[in-house]
Amino acid sequence: MTGIWLVVAVLCAGTVAIKAVGPLALGGRRPSERALGVIALVAPALLAGLIVYETFIGDGGGVRVDARVVGLAAALAAAAARLPMLAVLLAAAAATALVRAVA
Amino acid sequence: MTQVSTTTSTLRQGVRAGLPLVAPTFALGASFGVLAEPVMGAAAPIVMSLVVFAGGAQFAALSVLAAGGVAGSAIAAGLLMNTRFLPMGFAVAPALSGPPIARAAQGQALVDASFALANRGDGSFDRGVLLGATLPQLVAWTTGTVAGVVGGGLLGDPQALGLDAIFPAFYALLLLEEIRGRRAAAAAVLGGAIVLALMPFAPAGVPVLAATAAALIGLTRP
Repeated sequence: MTGIWLVVAVLCAGTVAIKAVGPLALGGRRPSERALGVIALVAPALLAGLIVYETFIGDGGGVRVDARVVGLAAALAAAAARLPMLAVLLAAAAATALVRAVA
Repeated sequence: MTQVSTTTSTLRQGVRAGLPLVAPTFALGASFGVLAEPVMGAAAPIVMSLVVFAGGAQFAALSVLAAGGVAGSAIAAGLLMNTRFLPMGFAVAPALSGPPIARAAQGQALVDASFALANRGDGSFDRGVLLGATLPQLVAWTTGTVAGVVGGGLLGDPQALGLDAIFPAFYALLLLEEIRGRRAAAAAVLGGAIVLALMPFAPAGVPVLAATAAALIGLTRP
């Protein structure tokens, strides 16, 4: 449980610090163009990594293919149809639940 | 005076723009609460939602903890998720006003949807919309987490409801917003490939950390 609170405390402090850096640096120098080029790509790289991780992670690690794949496909279809965020999230959950109920 | 009233009116405009996000944010906060409670207990997820207030980072840290990862990996995964607030912070900084401490405080309002809503499209940002749009999301995210933590037992098995599929769907929505060019798309494909390659044998948290290395393609000439 100590570990949990350590995670919460450091994540809280770290997030506040990260969000403060840009506004505090205002008036100072911008990061170099090369640095900005890398920083800007962290989010897409990480998000894609998390999509793969969350869709395929097994209970004790490793890779497991299950109903979550159908849920992600349903979400992408809903997003392609320009449905609102809530509809996209519900489509993912509903498709996954349906496959699990049938399987 | 004109500037003050402008900010006040765009603040209201921001709150209104943030209202459609209340329901999905509440649902996402509730699913975080439902899934976090067995791993983290009741209080920690609520404190996390109130202060960290970043779905991606919270789910990332929870994923690592739920998979049996150590605290350091959970912290690193969560903070790395939030590194995206660095460039976002530099982008909105010119729109923020007041002494450094006030600007740093306003910077805490940075969340993905508000950043997108406050973006005027010409590289500048509206401070009122940024702050206003964040308010309803903070309320929805935190109350959603409380509802999930407290009422999780009533909701039943999160897996049977398919709630675990909400994470990748949420990330996919954020990613679709992020991919604005060929380099971002390449970084995404490479990041996903790195995770897929490392997952079968790497310890919890490591594959997602390693995915960030894909951002180094930003060093190449466009």
